[in-house]
Amino acid sequence: MGGLEEEKHARYIVSVEKKKDDFESLVIEHLRMNGAYWGLTTLDLLNKIGAIDADAVVSWVMECQDKDCGGFAGNLGHDPHLLYTISAVQVLALLDRLDVLDIEKVSDYVAGLQNEDGSFSGDMWGEIDTRFSYCAICCLSLLGRLSKINVEKAVNYIVSCKNLDGGFGSIPGGESHAGQIFCCVGALAITGSLHHVDRDLLGWWLCERQCKDGGLNGRPEKLADVCYSWWVLSSLIMIDRVHWIDKEKLTRFILNCQDKDNGGISDRPDNAVDVFHTYFGVAGLSLMEYPGLKTIDPAYALPVDVVNRIFFTK
Amino acid sequence: MHGRPRKDPRPKDDAAKAAHLRELQAQLLHNHRNRTYTKEALASCSKLLEINPEVYTAWNYRKLALQHNLDGVDDPDALKSAIEDELRVVEIALRTNPKSYAAWYHRKWVLGRRLMPVEFEREFRLLDLLLKADQRNFHGWNYRRFVAKLKNVPEEEELKFTKKMIDTNFSNYSAWHNRSALLSHLLKKKSQGFDSKKNTLTEEYELVHDALFTDQSDQSGWFYHLWLLDQTVCLDDPQLISSWPTHKSDLILSKSNKIDGFQLFPSSNSRSFSLLHTGTFPIILYFNKAVKNIDSSTVTVSSVFVTNEDLNWRPLSTNNSGEACYWVTFVTVPEENCSSSTSYPVEVCLDRYKDIVSSDVSDCKNPSKFTFTVTFRSHSLELTSKESVEQNVVWNYVDICNPQESPCLMSFDQLSINEDHAEEGFKWNLQTLSNEIELFREFDDEDSKFVKRTLARLLVAHDLMVPNGSHNHVKTHSGEVLTLYDDLMKLDPSHKRYYEDEQSVVLMDQLTSDKDSLTKHCWQFDEPTSSSFHRQYCLRLNELSLTRIGSVKNILWVQMLDLSHNKLRSVEGLEALQLLACLNLGNNQISSFTALEPLKLLSSLRVLDVSFNMIGAHAIDTTRYLCSSPLSHTLDAKQLNVGYEKENTEVHDHWEVTSLFRALRLTQLDIKGNAVLNEKFSVLAIELLPSLKWLDGIRVR
Repeated sequence: MGGLEEEKHARYIVSVEKKKDDFESLVIEHLRMNGAYWGLTTLDLLNKIGAIDADAVVSWVMECQDKDCGGFAGNLGHDPHLLYTISAVQVLALLDRLDVLDIEKVSDYVAGLQNEDGSFSGDMWGEIDTRFSYCAICCLSLLGRLSKINVEKAVNYIVSCKNLDGGFGSIPGGESHAGQIFCCVGALAITGSLHHVDRDLLGWWLCERQCKDGGLNGRPEKLADVCYSWWVLSSLIMIDRVHWIDKEKLTRFILNCQDKDNGGISDRPDNAVDVFHTYFGVAGLSLMEYPGLKTIDPAYALPVDVVNRIFFTK
Repeated sequence: MHGRPRKDPRPKDDAAKAAHLRELQAQLLHNHRNRTYTKEALASCSKLLEINPEVYTAWNYRKLALQHNLDGVDDPDALKSAIEDELRVVEIALRTNPKSYAAWYHRKWVLGRRLMPVEFEREFRLLDLLLKADQRNFHGWNYRRFVAKLKNVPEEEELKFTKKMIDTNFSNYSAWHNRSALLSHLLKKKSQGFDSKKNTLTEEYELVHDALFTDQSDQSGWFYHLWLLDQTVCLDDPQLISSWPTHKSDLILSKSNKIDGFQLFPSSNSRSFSLLHTGTFPIILYFNKAVKNIDSSTVTVSSVFVTNEDLNWRPLSTNNSGEACYWVTFVTVPEENCSSSTSYPVEVCLDRYKDIVSSDVSDCKNPSKFTFTVTFRSHSLELTSKESVEQNVVWNYVDICNPQESPCLMSFDQLSINEDHAEEGFKWNLQTLSNEIELFREFDDEDSKFVKRTLARLLVAHDLMVPNGSHNHVKTHSGEVLTLYDDLMKLDPSHKRYYEDEQSVVLMDQLTSDKDSLTKHCWQFDEPTSSSFHRQYCLRLNELSLTRIGSVKNILWVQMLDLSHNKLRSVEGLEALQLLACLNLGNNQISSFTALEPLKLLSSLRVLDVSFNMIGAHAIDTTRYLCSSPLSHTLDAKQLNVGYEKENTEVHDHWEVTSLFRALRLTQLDIKGNAVLNEKFSVLAIELLPSLKWLDGIRVR
């Protein structure tokens, strides 16, 4: 069956970066900032970040910043939102260019989106979701400005989204879903609040995501999908229960989702590839210590050397 | 991005489609930038959202347009028409993508503005349509909760809806989830019809049995059953279960300047212990749930020689929640003025028990208390070590424990502190568990992992509910449970390590709950000529394939613990062993220093063996966020740097070991056989541990 096609995936990502005019690319044009984060982090995990023009990336990222409020948009001309602000900060952290930021301005934007009950809105229009709690907490932590929000209330809101099966939903009462679980567990990890998680209960729910084909699904009775190799796996690692899944089987599943001819990884074997799944597949393999890959941090979703550089040097 | 085949058989009219989409997107950004909110502009936007509902900026644009166009307008027809347009755009978008976050939120936002009364019929119709097409669409369920709240639909009504969905199809995790959430809430509020938790649970058990018997392989029912089980065993109120010193025991205290920490010796009398100390002795409390607010105002320690207000209680947990199942305080022993041979009673009483709460905000209901006596001896015991220099501790053994001298004899003669509350309160719970056990035992002829796993959980839960030391019930199920986990490992090998962990907990409980078993595992140390640990007993739990440590509530007296030659990857649970001085974790599977975080709480620990583990062998650290560190804002990075300026060393290469060793006062460390060990590391270890005398058998100071 063979291993990871590192060269091909790196070339695929670089090619996607250039492709902007076909229908599939246009449909996701508004989230290019996320795409940049997925693509660049994957390249770094593959030890090939040198393949891109860092200055050009930084320029473009800064052009996407809203000059008034300080938040970042998904692409030029679009509106600012937390989802793209976190990706922008992550990209700059990856390239060790956080110095280009007016840190107070960005962190004020993020902190300003916290609501009275501790939750976070994604933008000025008020949609609330625990995904945004994660974006805010991760972003502010990387910028060293976590103190700008009410951490206790933020944690309490996340805990209010905890379900009886040990998992977390998008809002109180929302069904447990691996993506939301990653966001909540990640936010709790970053704020030193993992004691709110019933690690055995959640660990069992998460390890039951492994399907017969070795892949992981996002919730019961659903199909396996490579992106859950990240959401489920990183959550399991943060709560020290990753040994409850069969890593060999999962590795084989991810490798089977590669397009070995053209590069890239898809959600399921023989489906169309995209940068999103390429990133999650490679990140998942990194979490399982696949040889040749850089180690990724499960909470900040950035390479460990990037995270350590930010938190331990000064 | 999901579910598209790689070799797409569809014809390639991509160029035309792309051009059209590009045009629409450009128009949107143009109109948005110029704040153009004309009918044409909005129509172009609608077309865009029909093709691509994910363009979030387009939805923002529509909100601005609505605000702009309706500014100052109060003609109800105009309002109705505008809102109608928005709702229709959402419906069309949801046809393209029923899981579009932006589309759903736009609808919520529009209705939330309350420009017109909500047409609830229409909303429920839309939901019925979408949930019929996909009953697991959590956007739909979230929206349903939103609408139900808006309409003030009583929770009992919504509960009926979940039943309807479940009756249509048992495999509806979303419906079961909703049901459990609603029931929880109704039970908590003690709403009419839900004031008896027992009745409600009994009905739910019947409902879930139907589901489980219809289709065993569907997971939804099993997770719901797990929740019901949790509700059945969960003891709402926290209670003090046991302590060290144990209730009705006698402690003979002797001070010594020649030792470091404590030394505990059994006495000839089966109720007493001799404790050598250097000025204090610990009192440990064990609650059945993590509690907070244990301090000198909620717990009173009364005795002639104790000043209660001076006592500091500390939660024994590795997180900063302020909550723990185990709490400790160290009582200062008076220098003079206490006559030997008088026994002083000490009473520990939880008088302000209502202030003691657990995290689900239930409070302690009982004013528990226990008493023990303390006698002071003014000279130290027959201590054979004359020098204060410690010898290298080598883990060799001579003799198995003489049952008469067993230090653990105590724990089982001790009555559980709250035994009178034990039986009556749990009658229904125990009966329900027994019924379930019988049911699942019948079920268990097929090779269903779910049946076996549920049965194992039921048996464990049943044993846990039976109070320790009670005369009527005996823990009979451990053997059956261990066998079930063996079966499960063969049946479901992907989850082998989960079953190993569960099995470890049960095994450890079995070994430490039985007086005879414990005695069999107590060995006397081989005696080099002047070891200060002469006559010490060590609890040996070797070669049991233990992967994790279960409850230590029966071994709080342990001073020396040998867990070598197991498969331990975690030492969580050891933090409660406040008397532990020597710990052997050699030949296990510990893979990082952060995994040893619980050891930081062991103020008595002096000798540690972690040789032949896997520290340094793994790039991924699975306990990185379960310890104090700057990454989780639970440790100041500056603290790691203090007094530590080595050239050519990056702090972040060694932060884990720095953080751990700074908190330990080891005199002896064995670490050979770990990938992390090299000369640089040895130098670092010696520097970080100023009391260290022995490193891997070699004298270093």
